[in-house]
Amino acid sequence: MNLHLSPAPHVHSPQSTRVLMLNVIVALLPCVIAGVWVFGFAALATVLVSTVAAVLGELVWQALTKQKVRVDDLSAAVTGLILGLNLPAGAPWWLAALGGVFAVVIVKGLFGGLGDNFINPALAARAMLLASWPKYLTHWPAPAGVDAVTAATPLASPGSYTTAQLFLGRIPGAIGEVCKLAILIGFVYLVVTKTISWRIPVAMVASAALCGWVLGANPVATALSGGLLFGAVFMATDYVTCPMTVPGQWVYAVGAGLLVAIFRRFSVYPEGVTYAILLANISAPLLDRCFRRRVYGHEKGEKA
Amino acid sequence: MAEMNTSLGARVETALTTKNPALRLALGACPLLAVATRAASSLGMGVATACALVCAALFGAIFGKITPEKGRLPVFLLICAAFAGAAHMVLQGWFPAVSEGLGLYAPMIAVSCLFLGGAGRIGEDGIGKALADAVGMGVGFICLMTALGAVRELIGCGTVFGAAVLPAGFEPMLMLAMPAGGFLALGLLMGVCNAVSGRNKKKGASA
Repeated sequence: MNLHLSPAPHVHSPQSTRVLMLNVIVALLPCVIAGVWVFGFAALATVLVSTVAAVLGELVWQALTKQKVRVDDLSAAVTGLILGLNLPAGAPWWLAALGGVFAVVIVKGLFGGLGDNFINPALAARAMLLASWPKYLTHWPAPAGVDAVTAATPLASPGSYTTAQLFLGRIPGAIGEVCKLAILIGFVYLVVTKTISWRIPVAMVASAALCGWVLGANPVATALSGGLLFGAVFMATDYVTCPMTVPGQWVYAVGAGLLVAIFRRFSVYPEGVTYAILLANISAPLLDRCFRRRVYGHEKGEKA
Repeated sequence: MAEMNTSLGARVETALTTKNPALRLALGACPLLAVATRAASSLGMGVATACALVCAALFGAIFGKITPEKGRLPVFLLICAAFAGAAHMVLQGWFPAVSEGLGLYAPMIAVSCLFLGGAGRIGEDGIGKALADAVGMGVGFICLMTALGAVRELIGCGTVFGAAVLPAGFEPMLMLAMPAGGFLALGLLMGVCNAVSGRNKKKGASA
């Protein structure tokens, strides 16, 4: 007889990686649709290229290193999709493709694959692209139908867009980040399907708005500008790179929000969500140490 | 000790390959990350460091014999600083372009971890063995510096030794010319070398 030994708790859940990732993909669809509505089909092409590149990159990497090919868990597809939504519409195809491959091979594969990456792959790829080809990553096409080729984002020229424009997304910016309505639809879907908890996104956006307000920015505009909402909902909540305990998650999210406000106010770049979340990712293992869960069966205050 | 019996040639080889200071022990990473962005300046830095290393090893071995054990480290540091200073002056005098490219990193050869990597054994080994170690480490460092500098120059600027080799449409990946890209390139290079030597070891074991 073959007895399977595993540590407690012995809870079975119907949720597999594949189901969770499928939920995230569904939640991202409104952002994709909104991106195409705002920027035209160039946006769709960019998102598709990075997604296909990420999936192919994972497939080839796992085959070359003689691992079990797990492309069907859809995690690479989610990474590629999120990366694509973080790029400006109409970015060169090789840029999107390189970013997708970098995310799954360098940031995820080399560190041991899904679950072992220490920072969010899509964000790390975006940071790499921003450092390597800044002219493409800071070149924002204007929304389709506006008489301009490129335009300043709301962060670069605050006050030039109404709150309604910021909310509905007919503004320049990355494909997925512009339409806050679409992001909120995705957020509600993720919370209702229990894919993520509301905690990290709400705490991070609130913290950024509050800290930004203290530093002299309009809190509503802070929350609705740039990639804050998109990052808070889809990237800061990455299971692998956020803390595991509830108090740790609070500190993580509030800290990330604080960093966003500080970067936007004091750094040379108008936006800082990417770096804020990456720094929060790196602090996640420390937060897990600080806020250790009481071990099952031990009394309060008793050391495990 | 088995190591006593190995020949000097084998010692050079060990220092060059399995104990390559920069590649295996991650020593001397500062110049690797900061300077090795161009093949030419990397080569200059590598040769200057290697020469200083060999001279310091020779004099370290000589003076190590007559210095009491507790005084060996400061004496060795003085010797290193002297030869690093000399290397810096030679660069300034005869290769001003290279010296300018290296900036602060040329005088900083004096505090390179490469020297201190073998400092614990100063005076214990004979002159021949100390020289063999230094030659192996120096040549290994030159090779790695130049390789890393060439790769980073190729992808970060599209040139090698200043000559454009990639088609005009190539858009250089700026990050590779920054220290962050240096970490990335060095890590990848280490990984490739570990994978290759692991495979060789397996082959050797099964043969």
